[in-house]
Amino acid sequence: MAETITPEIFEHLVELAALDLDDEEASYLRRELNGQLKAIHELESIEVAEDIPITSHGVPYSEAISAPLREDVIASCKEADDILAQAPEVEDRLFVVPDIPHEDLS
Amino acid sequence: MIVETCDLPAHELVRRLKQGEITAVGILESTVARIDAVEGRAPTTAPYQAEAMDQEKIHAYITLTLDRAHEQAQAVDRALEAGEDPGVLAGVPISIKDIFCLRGTPSTAGSRILENFISPYTATPASRLEAAGAVTLGKVNLDEFTYGSSNESSAFLPPPGNPWDPKRVPGGSSGASAAAVAAGESTISLGTDTAGSIRQPASFCGVVGLKPTYGRVSRYGLIAFASSLDCPGPVTRDVTDAALALQVIAGQDPYDATTAAIPVDDYLSGLEKGVAGMRIGLSPDYFRLRYPDPETGELQEQPVAPEIAAAVRQAAAILAEAGAEIVEDVAMPNTQYGIPAYFVISRVEAASNLHRYDGVKYGLRYEGAVEDMIELYQKSRGQGFGPQPKLRILMGMYVSAEQYEKDYYQKALRVRTLIRRDFETAFDPQGDHRLDCLLTPTTPTTAFEIGRVYGDTVLMQYADLLTVPANHAGIPGISIPAGLDSLNLPIGIQLLGPDFSEAKLLRVARAYEMATDAEAWRKGKPKVLEAT
Repeated sequence: MAETITPEIFEHLVELAALDLDDEEASYLRRELNGQLKAIHELESIEVAEDIPITSHGVPYSEAISAPLREDVIASCKEADDILAQAPEVEDRLFVVPDIPHEDLS
Repeated sequence: MIVETCDLPAHELVRRLKQGEITAVGILESTVARIDAVEGRAPTTAPYQAEAMDQEKIHAYITLTLDRAHEQAQAVDRALEAGEDPGVLAGVPISIKDIFCLRGTPSTAGSRILENFISPYTATPASRLEAAGAVTLGKVNLDEFTYGSSNESSAFLPPPGNPWDPKRVPGGSSGASAAAVAAGESTISLGTDTAGSIRQPASFCGVVGLKPTYGRVSRYGLIAFASSLDCPGPVTRDVTDAALALQVIAGQDPYDATTAAIPVDDYLSGLEKGVAGMRIGLSPDYFRLRYPDPETGELQEQPVAPEIAAAVRQAAAILAEAGAEIVEDVAMPNTQYGIPAYFVISRVEAASNLHRYDGVKYGLRYEGAVEDMIELYQKSRGQGFGPQPKLRILMGMYVSAEQYEKDYYQKALRVRTLIRRDFETAFDPQGDHRLDCLLTPTTPTTAFEIGRVYGDTVLMQYADLLTVPANHAGIPGISIPAGLDSLNLPIGIQLLGPDFSEAKLLRVARAYEMATDAEAWRKGKPKVLEAT
């Protein structure tokens, strides 16, 4: 696990993350990522026995303390207009977006 | 010394209000006058040119909601006049960290990408505070999306100043929450804690910060960072106010399935019952720090600042005097792995949570011409996010990539188990230590100067070294003021307890507060208030 984030890996991550970055920002971010990776490498030195399970959150959620599932009922959304009002562009109560990349199969 | 109304704790305000000595509108006016005196220019996203005056003021509020506050204060006064119960927080001025949605207000997360987002609904803990009679003064600044420990990463600048020395940071990410409470700009603030974001700023600003057990307080309406770690909680003037605020916000919520179906304790009735017979632990692992050298990146070990270590030991002596048994040398060997594990877990969760910002349904959309949807995403996210969210997205994607996931993410989650086991062992009622709680420093240092650490994201993260284990483990923690250092900056001490042991932690904290009530440092005043 001694990898560093090379410019090529970085470019791939930026593409996956859908971020438009200028050169100066990209160079700062890559440097910081590699700094953080050094700190993360400290994990390597920790002996973790094979039978140690993962903890995805600290407090165990037994059935006794978990909230029961809510009933599956249809309810109207009172805030629909307020939510639509937040959209950058709406037409006939539909969100408007630019062309979605697609392949023409015909 | 005359104490102004806006500097009183909430429980005292409510007492005076109910006895007819003051009105809710009067409390509000006192607090607004304080805001006018210490706030300075409002933080905005305009290109930031620092001015000399900036480092003399607090700049806590991104949005002031004074119309809402006036309506709420008048409603409290009307209820009192009509002989109705106005609520347990009647007339108490509160501020809300701008990571919570509050219906009808901009809810920015300190980010350009949400600068114009007006929330269509209210977060559960905020609505519970308002339903209890609290008066909402506004939304306060934070690190962008809570990503930081100094408040300097907000897109809204000037950054908040520390009331004890505004040239220094208030901590973060609930930095403006702590600054506002310390400076009398709000009596209580609702914050969040993902790695220490309530406790660290509370420590830096000389106030009380409580991170409840994960699942004790609803996260509904909280703009998500790391969903397995985020915890809403109060920042307050004193321990009684922390108990009061937690009493209001705690409990199950049908809108957050992670809220636990465990009855909420009465945090107030046993608050002053003392610590006789309690077992309070000290761990050497919380007095030494391992962190990377900023120059070489090599890991080095250092003790916590001597004045902070001394304050913790002094607190242990005071609690022993009050009847507690102090248990030394409690091993917490996995404390040091809290930050490396956090670098992985929080980034994976943050990257996942930040995918929703796409310039389509809400938030910033790039206004120039774009070829297609992908370019719209790239330009909107590129323009809307600052460097801290971008770093978290990129690191989250890297460490969760298929070829690295086992070595990084899975390993970090298993290290999290080890951190949790340290606490389970220490608190085990049948174990060697049988602790009621652990007493530690909250932070390795007191507040640092604005600009000194910001930019070095590794060093900044290590400010949370002593607070992040509680987030991994899900357990509750509280930071309380415990003196001033030689620079007249607040020192905080931390109490950590088992799941859902908030009542006990508050009791220990209150015992310390009562035992040190007459100490000279308690009469110290933040620098920003000297001129008022």
